[in-house]
Amino acid sequence: MTLETIIQSLNLKILSGEGRMLKEVRGGYVGDLLSDVMANSREGDIWITRQVHQNIVAVASLNDLAGVVLVQGAEPSADTLEKAVREGIPLLLSELSAFEAAGRIYRLLAGC
Amino acid sequence: MNPVPTCDNWRYSESFSVVGGNFDDAGLVSGRIKMILKGLGLGSDIIRRVALVTYESEINMVSYATGGKIHLHLQPAYVTVEAIDEGPGIPDIRLAMQTGWSTANDKIREMGFGAGMGLNNIRTFSDIFHISSRLGDGTRLKMIIRTGQKEIQEPGEGLS
Repeated sequence: MTLETIIQSLNLKILSGEGRMLKEVRGGYVGDLLSDVMANSREGDIWITRQVHQNIVAVASLNDLAGVVLVQGAEPSADTLEKAVREGIPLLLSELSAFEAAGRIYRLLAGC
Repeated sequence: MNPVPTCDNWRYSESFSVVGGNFDDAGLVSGRIKMILKGLGLGSDIIRRVALVTYESEINMVSYATGGKIHLHLQPAYVTVEAIDEGPGIPDIRLAMQTGWSTANDKIREMGFGAGMGLNNIRTFSDIFHISSRLGDGTRLKMIIRTGQKEIQEPGEGLS
């Protein structure tokens, strides 16, 4: 499933990484502890988090994640957004809670 | 800058500086090393593991030390990352290696670090891991990750 399909289905607001909308999303991970996300997320995962500081871009980039969903309408800081734009990492804004975003993305990926 | 391997037992080394307290640039060294390994065509799992141990080392330096150096050594069979910091040192390494144990302040924790997972991640994702520390002097980490390629030892075979 492409990132674009998930974005449309959940009505996510695209903040950066417009060039990677057709990237294949293989799975997902939810977490706010960066060491946990580093160790347990995999290439092509969509990452759901409440963290908004710029180290999320480094983590997404190092692990080749498909995109980052920022939940509860938490806007990224200016330097986070700048870094994400520079590195082409899709930052996606959602008003949903992490629980609801994860549930809906899980259903999409599982084809329920 | 990029290494161009020309024979079977090539070597490559590069060193990087990390500035303590600079969370904005945390991940730069890991990103750079990742690009070097990608350029060499190493497998994505190897690259991921090296990137992870380097990133955790960077975060530790930024969080707890005034700075430090990360040394990358490449040879066909191994990727070695050494992280040598100018920090306060770790009084009890056994304790520091325990998952969940951390001396991180609130600022570090608010950014999602300091969960007491870093050193454990480094150990888990390395094939060989050494840690040593001296109070008031600093901490040294050495991480070795096998590439799965064979080292060519025979003299005359591709020696440069």
